[in-house]
Amino acid sequence: MSIDLPLIWAGLIAFAVLAYVVLDGFDLGIGILFPFLDSKADRDLAMNSVAPVWDGNETWLVLGGGGLMAVFPLAYATLLPALYAPIIAMLLGLIFRGVSFEFRGKTERGRWLWDFGFAGGSMVAALAQGITLGALVQGIEVDNRAYAGGWWDWLTPFTLLTGLSVLVGYALLGATWLFMKTENGLARQARAAAWLTGGALLVLMGAVTLSSAFLFPHYVERWFSWPALLFTLFMPVLLLACIAVFVRGLVRGHDSHPFLATIGVFVLGFLGIAISFYPWMVPPHVTIEQAAAPDSSLAFLLVGALILIPLILAYTGYAYWVFRGKVDPDEGYH
Amino acid sequence: MIDLFSAIELARFQFAFTVSAHIIFPAFSIGLASYLAVLEALWLWKKDDAYFQVFEYWKTIFAIVFGMGVVSGIVMSYQFGTNWSVFSDKTGPILGPLMGYEVLSAFFLEAGFLGVMLFGLNRVGPRLHFFATLMVAAGTLMSAFWILSVNSWMHTPVGYGVNEAGQFVPRDWWAIIFNPSFPYRLVHMVLAAYLTTAFVVGGVGAWHLLRDTRDRGARIMFSMAMWMALLVAPLQIVAGDLHGLNTLEHQPAKVAAMEGHYETREGAPLYLFGLPDDEAEKTRYGVKIPKLGSMILTHEWDGKIKGLKAFPEDERPPSALIFWTFRIMVAIGLAMVALGLWSAWSRWRGRLYDSPWLLRAAALMTPSGFAAVLAGWITTEVGRQPWTVYGLLRTSESASPLDAPAVGISLLVFIGVYFLVFGSGTFYILRLMLKPPQAGRTEIGWPTRTAGITPGPAVGRRESEGDRHEH
Repeated sequence: MSIDLPLIWAGLIAFAVLAYVVLDGFDLGIGILFPFLDSKADRDLAMNSVAPVWDGNETWLVLGGGGLMAVFPLAYATLLPALYAPIIAMLLGLIFRGVSFEFRGKTERGRWLWDFGFAGGSMVAALAQGITLGALVQGIEVDNRAYAGGWWDWLTPFTLLTGLSVLVGYALLGATWLFMKTENGLARQARAAAWLTGGALLVLMGAVTLSSAFLFPHYVERWFSWPALLFTLFMPVLLLACIAVFVRGLVRGHDSHPFLATIGVFVLGFLGIAISFYPWMVPPHVTIEQAAAPDSSLAFLLVGALILIPLILAYTGYAYWVFRGKVDPDEGYH
Repeated sequence: MIDLFSAIELARFQFAFTVSAHIIFPAFSIGLASYLAVLEALWLWKKDDAYFQVFEYWKTIFAIVFGMGVVSGIVMSYQFGTNWSVFSDKTGPILGPLMGYEVLSAFFLEAGFLGVMLFGLNRVGPRLHFFATLMVAAGTLMSAFWILSVNSWMHTPVGYGVNEAGQFVPRDWWAIIFNPSFPYRLVHMVLAAYLTTAFVVGGVGAWHLLRDTRDRGARIMFSMAMWMALLVAPLQIVAGDLHGLNTLEHQPAKVAAMEGHYETREGAPLYLFGLPDDEAEKTRYGVKIPKLGSMILTHEWDGKIKGLKAFPEDERPPSALIFWTFRIMVAIGLAMVALGLWSAWSRWRGRLYDSPWLLRAAALMTPSGFAAVLAGWITTEVGRQPWTVYGLLRTSESASPLDAPAVGISLLVFIGVYFLVFGSGTFYILRLMLKPPQAGRTEIGWPTRTAGITPGPAVGRRESEGDRHEH
């Protein structure tokens, strides 16, 4: 029996992307909520709550991108030109977001610029990632190992809807993270934001699911075919369970529950997408098998991944452990 | 202006611009991470707070440099796909896993421990904190290892086969990773990063010593940096020479362009200056030393050197840029050696910290490492043209099927954003560097040979009769 290396790698890349979405999702969410917080002290504290971890979180995006080139070079080489504008916009957004952590504390006169860069960069990056997701769902034209579509294919009402959904979803992750990591006034603002974005996300997820069902019926076929059917049937139950934990947590003040419940919603949504896509890597023309690099490449990197990813998870967990608990307003780095 | 250029020229310019902006930060952060580890080790070992204060001084600067390196680096990791999709598809099976190892073994390590290093001292204590600093330093070096292996394979591709889809596929991973130019390039670049950092640290130390010769922090910086200049700059000349010989073996056309040689001949001269003219196929206004070119490259006075005319016209790199950037790099390298020797002379005479002209020269040379790194990379990368994978895949056949306006617009936006963001970052760094290190003062203003490492209480300004250096 031979090991299906492309499938294993599709799983690992999916894991890296999911880790990125959840982890940098709450960092970006802080950036999205940033301009709406009451005071400068609140904004400082919100930023400090992610300052020690955002860089590690963003590295999952590099693994997703760099890993794609390594193990699915054809997917990398067709997706990125197809999504040229949103990808460049995302990179520029991430530049502003990333440097703002350091720059903001270095200047009085220019702080507004980096406040703006942090919030604007986070919003642009989130929107661009959501548009990228939507463009992938609606399909990428590929011919003769190259992107064969137009330069504005990524811009449709559907992709704008997915863009907005991801933006709101990240804001929810950010709000529940803040609810977990802060106290008093800031936690109250976070709770209000969580109610608002949580409700909005539910509506948007429903809208995305319905419109994909109408626009792309081939996905519906997949949802109701065995064994995906199993997930389709349990999905509503699991989603309701997450919502229940979320609501109880916010009402009763179990500070970590809403955050974990939101992660649960993201995982469910991500699994839904993964099931819809399989066996495509770049719907609807390139399958996992076709996009894969030769087994010698997949095996070589897999050895490293199997040794290093557990190590990475261990020391990343350690870093989170070091900065556990509520953020102390007096311990500010800046 | 966009119509004036083809999509591929714009894509090349965009890559050159973004990678040049990027390399500045790792060139500094690789060296600075190691320097921070050394400073923290000295602090823990000698229990002298002056080292900790110097550590803190550079840690703040490191955080900014590292942040700018991260965000400009993410652009690189996606730009292969956005603008060079054919290259990515064809080389992905070989270069992708190497970059994958860079992410797994280096980027996560740096990022994971950076937070602890920057914010965690009070939470984890000095020993674990030192471990975090070591991991950040190790991460930067591992990152250099993998990405230089990738780059070197593009110069000296080996260990590959080609499949039906036209992709390069791996045959021998060991040969791919340790390809022929890799060891030379790795050593040359890591030494360059260390020298770049040493000259920044030394320059900042010198600048503050010119204002206050007894500033202990500035003394520590300057003394350590000048040891690096003395010991590492000559090593770098040797490493560079070996790298050049390796290039002569594998990429003789690049060396011909570096030397401004069009004719193949025995006993070739060394051009000190000149204007290589690819159209006329000769180097104009050459100032040359007879036979020295052959001596340097073949280690024989009458050794034979191939000129550019020995290669088909469509396989020659453009020589003027290569010729000049090479000379800039070498001149800076020699100046670094000279400063190292000068500092050794001053140190031996016990006047390291109060030789104004030495301090001024060191301050002037603060950015010299960056200039040398950029010039050297331009030499080697332009010298690889017209190929992306040397001799196998042409640059003109590597790019994405993009329209010129799309690339033109993204290029303009990159230029605007980079100047704003990295210009601001550079400004903040310079402002931090203008602050004196304030790691206490030496007890006696009179500089002694060991003053830089004399433990002493951080006392306020104390005048002594022997102090000739009041300000």
